Amino acid sequence: MSRRSWVRPLIAMGLVAVTAVVSACGTSGPGETSGGALKIWALEDPVLNKIEQKSIDSFKAGGGDASLETFGNDPYKQRLRVAIGSPQAPDLFFNWGGGNLKEYVDAGKVADLTSVLDENKAAKEKFIPSVLDGAKLDGKNYGVPMRGMQPVLLFFNKKVFTEAGAQPPKTWDELLTLVDTFKAKGITPIALAGTQAWTELMWAEYVLDRFAGHEVFKTIRDKGPEGWKDPAVVGAMTKLKELIDRGGFGNAFASVGYDAGGASTILAQGKAAMHLMGSWEYTNQLDQSPDFVKNGDLGWIEFPSIPGGKGDPSNLVGNVSNFYSATADSKNLDAAKKFVTTTLHEDSYIEALIEAGDVPPVVGAEEKLKKSAHPDYASDIYKMVLDSKNFQLSWDQDLPADKATFMLTQLQEFFLGTVSPQQFVDAVAAR
Amino acid sequence: MSSQRPSAWYAVPAFAFFALFAALPMVLVIYLSFTAWDGLGTPQLNGGENWSRLLDDSEARASVWRTLLLMVMSWLVQTPIALLVGVWAAGKQRSRAVLSSIFFLPLLLSTAAIALLWQALLEPNFGAFVGGPLFLGDPDIALYTVVLVISWQFIPFHTLLYQGAARAVPPSLYEAATLDGATRVGKFLHITLPQLRYTIVTSSVLMLVGSLTTFDTVLILTNGGPGTATRILPLHMYITGFSGFEMGYASAIAVVLVVLGTALSIAVMRWSGFRSMSSQQEGS
Repeated sequence: MSRRSWVRPLIAMGLVAVTAVVSACGTSGPGETSGGALKIWALEDPVLNKIEQKSIDSFKAGGGDASLETFGNDPYKQRLRVAIGSPQAPDLFFNWGGGNLKEYVDAGKVADLTSVLDENKAAKEKFIPSVLDGAKLDGKNYGVPMRGMQPVLLFFNKKVFTEAGAQPPKTWDELLTLVDTFKAKGITPIALAGTQAWTELMWAEYVLDRFAGHEVFKTIRDKGPEGWKDPAVVGAMTKLKELIDRGGFGNAFASVGYDAGGASTILAQGKAAMHLMGSWEYTNQLDQSPDFVKNGDLGWIEFPSIPGGKGDPSNLVGNVSNFYSATADSKNLDAAKKFVTTTLHEDSYIEALIEAGDVPPVVGAEEKLKKSAHPDYASDIYKMVLDSKNFQLSWDQDLPADKATFMLTQLQEFFLGTVSPQQFVDAVAAR
Repeated sequence: MSSQRPSAWYAVPAFAFFALFAALPMVLVIYLSFTAWDGLGTPQLNGGENWSRLLDDSEARASVWRTLLLMVMSWLVQTPIALLVGVWAAGKQRSRAVLSSIFFLPLLLSTAAIALLWQALLEPNFGAFVGGPLFLGDPDIALYTVVLVISWQFIPFHTLLYQGAARAVPPSLYEAATLDGATRVGKFLHITLPQLRYTIVTSSVLMLVGSLTTFDTVLILTNGGPGTATRILPLHMYITGFSGFEMGYASAIAVVLVVLGTALSIAVMRWSGFRSMSSQQEGS
């Protein structure tokens, strides 16, 4: 074959490649986003997405234009990472506040909403201040709450407790005693969906909070991983290890999944007595084991206190709320600001959230919650949040992604017993 | 251009695809492996930092070992079973056709379905083995469980390869052996196995390189857990890149995977004499 005959195919190949690249870019070129509809990204949720769509409809009725796109949890985090700063970026995006949002703020990708919230007092004053602070960094507001509050609670099976003649634990020592009580009856004391490290994280968060106070974690977050070396962390992890070694979680937790329903089902069936989980567990149980909830067998309490511990027993951990934040480079920034200050605190939106079983992060919702479908539960959560001294965002959302990912892995090893409290601290402090 | 071969133009689509979807991304990944990039903003060159970190990363080393262990065990489990079942299924009786088609069922299921199916079967509270070993929850046996699930999924495919190859063995060889008084086992060892030699190589290359890049089954079945007991190298790359958003470091891991995979297939080809393969058909 002559040399020339190779040349033409190579050129043709290059052309095909270039055409492919160009046409791929052409479908979503930079020109399209300017002046078009407000592009809003949120996490997929069959119930709440409908309500979010309604808020968009009312925004449209007011002369604006917007569209909603939703994604599953992990794909969402990945898509957002790649899209922010590109021409495909949304104008408003869902987030969890805290360190999760901080990474985007530090990269200069998030618009400062402080002034627009100050100008719209009606909107700003409607939200519970501590929740609004969940998206506040260096004194500036970067997000507006758009879904309910989700503190983590200790759920329990009332029937199982009654049969064992036991009371739900108010203190750590009572919890340890209950472990022996239920083990003796062949019941797993605490259900734990250990295939997913975030379920184990809830335990570490509460134990450190009750044992040493919420400031310890704030130091870790603000001053860097060295903060893990505070002796209180080893102390708290040692307490937690006591619970694990005593058989508090049974021995099968490492292959139980939350998404697959494992942990919730054993609680509902009375094979487990307690379950530490976010407030969404209630709707989840209502969906999967409706009779269990309707018979009044599902109980919930705040996390037990640790005798001698420094943490305030009213402290909560969990998802403070979810937020909409605007992208700094958005060509629709004015529309985005208008959207977050006009739709999210409207009565119709708040009422729709309540109806869906959410507890909205707004002040003065007591009466509305009492009239909701699940008045006891909703009012309890609302009161807990209002009364709490501190509401700590889940650590994995509050730390930068690389550190959070590493910590979760170490935590799983810790629960398996392959890593000691000291080794856990040494590992996470070294990152 | 007087040769009888097809014009080089025929290769253009293949070349274009290869350049666009294999060569170009590979070059980009090599570039990224020398940068620090958290997915926001632009990648910053950081010299060999990722690479020196990789050398010190005990988790990465452990995941390489797990990958190799998974690879070797998958081969050891799958090859004998696929070979024997394949040769058996190459026979002509009717029952074999029925049994074979049942046996091939896993081949029709998607990987995600298989992983979810086994996850449900092995669930400690509601699965099929309640009270038995904690297949996915015990760090000491989880990796072996993964090998069994992967084998269950892929043995039918390799059986198909062996069945086809066994059917292509010329019957005259067996007739001659029968006349010489050879036993069934003797015929298998001295005729079938040598005739299937190149099929064994093909199947092994697919198996070894396949298990090096196994990802979806493990992601859904265990997500690398419990702890890190089943975190193989591709999963370590994924978690580093798409949970920790350390794209530069994840790219370095990806390059290691590419090098391992390429080295492996070259080694198998060399060692088996596959490149000098010639037909063993009579008369050729």
